[in-house]
Amino acid sequence: MESKRITIRLKLFSSAKDLAGFDERLVDIPPDSKSEAVLIYLAKHNPLFERWRTSLRIAVNMEYVDSQHLLHDGDEVAVIPPVSGG
Amino acid sequence: MNDITPDPIDVLAVVDSVKAHAAGGIDIFIGTTRDHSKGKKVVSLEYEAYVPMAMKSMTELENKARQRWNLHEINIVHRIGKVAVGEPSVVIAVSSAHRDDAFQACRFLIDQLKLVVPIWKREYFADGSVEWSMQTHEQPVTHESPQAHP
Repeated sequence: MESKRITIRLKLFSSAKDLAGFDERLVDIPPDSKSEAVLIYLAKHNPLFERWRTSLRIAVNMEYVDSQHLLHDGDEVAVIPPVSGG
Repeated sequence: MNDITPDPIDVLAVVDSVKAHAAGGIDIFIGTTRDHSKGKKVVSLEYEAYVPMAMKSMTELENKARQRWNLHEINIVHRIGKVAVGEPSVVIAVSSAHRDDAFQACRFLIDQLKLVVPIWKREYFADGSVEWSMQTHEQPVTHESPQAHP
């Protein structure tokens, strides 16, 4: 039997939001998915995400994580383009 | 303290907020919006933030600064939304018993803010174009949280 999928809240900002065409969405992903799964998901919406991958950081529940961070049901996962505050 | 606000920043109010009788000095950094970028004239700017994470990130920076230097008060205020050219977009005020601590902590806070706090600037140019300001997407950055300066 296929194991139950988990749901994350995907949040996009700045150029990532423009690229994808949305700013927030609930996304069902397989269990044991890693943070890089969201970039693979986004690349299906716009292939530029693949090209920009190295400059996009991921934050899970408001903490920066690496690409291999394990995602859990209910996580808030944000795609963080290069920041330019100040 | 610390704040992210759509309202114009009252610089003197930020300075007042860090005044302490035991402090020997206040250091303040005011970031203002430039009228040019990439050789083009900028007519207005807009800042977007991942507000809850940006607030959390600023608190973490404040805590790091407090561990490293002897400080009284810190207040970091960043503007979001539309900002006219020449207006303050960020104000950081630090009070300390001794000026060296205040100077160094203030420098640390603005440098780190520009590296890690999830806030983005969008520039509206005189020629009608609009761009998110960024070092460029072609430049790889690490997925790790940037290290603090030694």
